[in-house]
Amino acid sequence: MIIPYFIIIPLLAAFIISLIAGDKDEWAVILSTIATSFLLILSVFSFATMQNETIVYEMSAWKLPYGIVLVQDALTSFMLIMVSLISLTSILFSVSYIRNISEDWKYYSLFMLLVAGMNGVIITGDLFNMFVFVEISLLAAYSLVAFGNRAEEFEASFKYAVMGSVSSTLVLIGIAVTYSVTSTLTFAQISIEFQNVDHDMKMWIGGLFLAGFGLKAAAIPFHAWLPDAHSSAPAPISSMLSGVLIKILGVYALIRLFFNVFNAPDFFLTLFLLLGSVSMIFGVFLAIGQWDMKRLLAYHSISQMGYILLGLGLGTPLGILGGVFHLFNHALFKSLLFYNAGAVETVAGTRDLRKLGSLFKLIPITSQTSMAASLSISGIPPFNGFFSKLIIIIAAVQAGQPVFAFIAVIGSILTLASFMKVQRYGFRGEKNVEIKGEIDWRMNLAMITLAVLCLASSLMIVPGIKEVTLDPVVSVIVGKVSSIQSILGR
Amino acid sequence: MIVYILCFALILIGLYGVLTKRDLIKIILSLGILGYSVHLLLILIAYRKESLYPILSEGKKVVSMVDPLPQALVLTSIVIELGTTAVLVALAIRLFEKYKTYDITEIRRLHG
Repeated sequence: MIIPYFIIIPLLAAFIISLIAGDKDEWAVILSTIATSFLLILSVFSFATMQNETIVYEMSAWKLPYGIVLVQDALTSFMLIMVSLISLTSILFSVSYIRNISEDWKYYSLFMLLVAGMNGVIITGDLFNMFVFVEISLLAAYSLVAFGNRAEEFEASFKYAVMGSVSSTLVLIGIAVTYSVTSTLTFAQISIEFQNVDHDMKMWIGGLFLAGFGLKAAAIPFHAWLPDAHSSAPAPISSMLSGVLIKILGVYALIRLFFNVFNAPDFFLTLFLLLGSVSMIFGVFLAIGQWDMKRLLAYHSISQMGYILLGLGLGTPLGILGGVFHLFNHALFKSLLFYNAGAVETVAGTRDLRKLGSLFKLIPITSQTSMAASLSISGIPPFNGFFSKLIIIIAAVQAGQPVFAFIAVIGSILTLASFMKVQRYGFRGEKNVEIKGEIDWRMNLAMITLAVLCLASSLMIVPGIKEVTLDPVVSVIVGKVSSIQSILGR
Repeated sequence: MIVYILCFALILIGLYGVLTKRDLIKIILSLGILGYSVHLLLILIAYRKESLYPILSEGKKVVSMVDPLPQALVLTSIVIELGTTAVLVALAIRLFEKYKTYDITEIRRLHG
């Protein structure tokens, strides 16, 4: 039984770090590196060993449908791999980046709490338990956004905290209404009871959850907090927030609830499509005018989340495949881009594209990896972003929605344009930049690892590899309620 | 029915406060109202007419009882809200140190 360890390890690491670290920050680094690499090994191992099965862990031996359960299936393990991979590289990147800001051990302790909260959201099989873990990760995220002690960071963190509290309240109202009509909180049991609920009530419940988790996923009418929070945080935290947090708390929760529990009602899939296409276009239009590198990247997160929602909203297996694949790819290249922005800020002391230039000669590794990430996000062939976007566009055409396919193509072209701006002004400009800091080998290692993975993960679509990596995940989502109800029969 | 409507009105008052108030402290208080009204909603859902607290003891007949689960949820939720409010207040204090004001219309260095 390795499921509970995905929560135990980071939670334990968080507390041990705060107990023993004190003045010796080295221990905090070592402990958190060990914890995250252990999590990565565990998640890869669990994904490799269980293909289409579902494992259930009953907490305190309370039987279903009464107790709280932890559920692990292919979708869960896939998400766990994503979280562990990004958190390991973020820790690597943080070591010298964080050193001069504040007391290190607080940072690592909060970081491990963030990971614990996300892992909890992923593996839980209970609605209220999910809410609790969402709150744990959000509390850690508020504090980490404000970690740099600058006025802008407090401002961004306050906005984020207010929006986060409102969205959590909406989710809690949703939970209350769900409980009052189904008298249960376990996903599997809700999915059975939910079929008998009358239509108006379904709309209320779906609307409350869509608003609550949509706020966390930053789909466009709910996006206002994201550019501030994600651009003000320290670079490794931006990459955690943009790379995985909005996906786990937003998209993963939406997938679990709307596909596995509510059986993918058509009305809400149409809403996904609309939200997705609006986010895609407006996100990229807002991004293209930005001169702050991290702010530009943050707006692109909104736009790329639109692609994922679009793929899921199509509801066909191919569309869902594209959505899930893009989810993973976006985690890789967006984290890499935020590391690049952090490295540029370390070297040049600014991230305003107008003040940058000729960085290509100064920091070749950062420039090369940012080139790889830019090509990935704008969808240029050998990189992973091309394949996932192509699948989403093909799926949209096949599903009889050529308008959405056209919007996706337009969004992709505008993405390319805005990243040409980043490359042109940021890395290949004429201005000379003074060197103010140095990039150490750990930062380079983190960036190179993700750049290689950006290329390597496009192999996941090759027939033969696709059957063992993406197909089990898609089958969990396409199976809708049947895949979550399978845990009840034992 | 009337209690549910009043509870919903309380939720809307909280939301109105969050959206329209310009003072940081008032925003935090509005979030408090919002949270408490949701807790009230949970307790109302659990309530059954003319029923007892759900504790079995000797000599007590088993009659209709209120649902204990939402009460447990409310306890958990109160603790979470305490944490969130603490973070918000801490942030408000630090913001006051930096900007010397609680007015959000003057706290706007981030834009675009």
